[in-house]
Amino acid sequence: MNTDTQSTGIKSLVEDWSADKQTFDISWGKLMMWIFLLSDTFIFSIFLISYMSVRMAATSEWPPTSEVFALTINGTHVPLLLIAIMTFILITSSGTMAMAVNYAYQGNRKRTVILMTITALLGLSFVGMQAFEWTKLIVEEGVRPWENPMGAAQFGAIFFMITGFHGLHVTGGVIYLMIIANRVRCGYYEKREHNIVEITGLYWHFVDLVWVFIFAFFYLW
Amino acid sequence: MAAISEQKLHPISTYLKIWTLLFVLSSFSYLVDFYEVQSYLRWTLILVFMFAKAGLIIAFFMHLKWERLALIYTVLVPPIALLVLIALMSMEANYVYLSRLLYFVD
Repeated sequence: MNTDTQSTGIKSLVEDWSADKQTFDISWGKLMMWIFLLSDTFIFSIFLISYMSVRMAATSEWPPTSEVFALTINGTHVPLLLIAIMTFILITSSGTMAMAVNYAYQGNRKRTVILMTITALLGLSFVGMQAFEWTKLIVEEGVRPWENPMGAAQFGAIFFMITGFHGLHVTGGVIYLMIIANRVRCGYYEKREHNIVEITGLYWHFVDLVWVFIFAFFYLW
Repeated sequence: MAAISEQKLHPISTYLKIWTLLFVLSSFSYLVDFYEVQSYLRWTLILVFMFAKAGLIIAFFMHLKWERLALIYTVLVPPIALLVLIALMSMEANYVYLSRLLYFVD
């Protein structure tokens, strides 16, 4: 496209912004996905920061998340088990997605579709577990957005808002993945295929990335 | 251009390695809770594992490591502004907390 792209480091930064050419030497779709993810970063950050201020300002004890999300299996009490499984599932789905992108670049359509389908299925199981977790909290523990029997009343509002918004992202991602996987299978994209799969992958990895922060701040803190 | 086309050629094993690392780091952060590590050590460990995981995902899975600096800075610099919001909100939350202790708690 131009000669400046040979430079590296800070020099490349200056040249990309100041030379008489488009700044970002990537497809517009990928750039727009990055910009969208940047804006989404701010949305999730604002949620997490609101959680921080609500928790800091709470006068009653914050519910012990380790106990709230514990599971009892065969009489053994395991803290935070479901959340740990959900974390591993999402990481695994990120791994399969990264491989799908790799195969898309190799032009291996069949493996790309298979790996994207596995990613979508893992995402679906994540949403299923979240539905289970919500049901357990609402029905058995009596957690509501305005009150709960375990401690600070703000817990429910924060929990439902943050995990709900993330769950919506995962659900949307599963639908997105299935549409793109089907199109790849049909050969809809022809030569742009690798680019489209890569953009889908960026979104999916972001969903995983957000969970890393939710896991750390909401469940472990 | 060389740097951009190189990323497509990474062998699958690269992803498997990152995946394993993420698995191990997640297990560590889970163990922090499991062994009930408390206070500052707990918070430090949680943050260390969190940032390590986030870094691996962004750098390798999202390929940002192999992008041009122009894109890397566009993505990574703006979130620094969030530190200001965190600082402001923690001051505000402290004030709310103290006000509640003064006026609302019997």
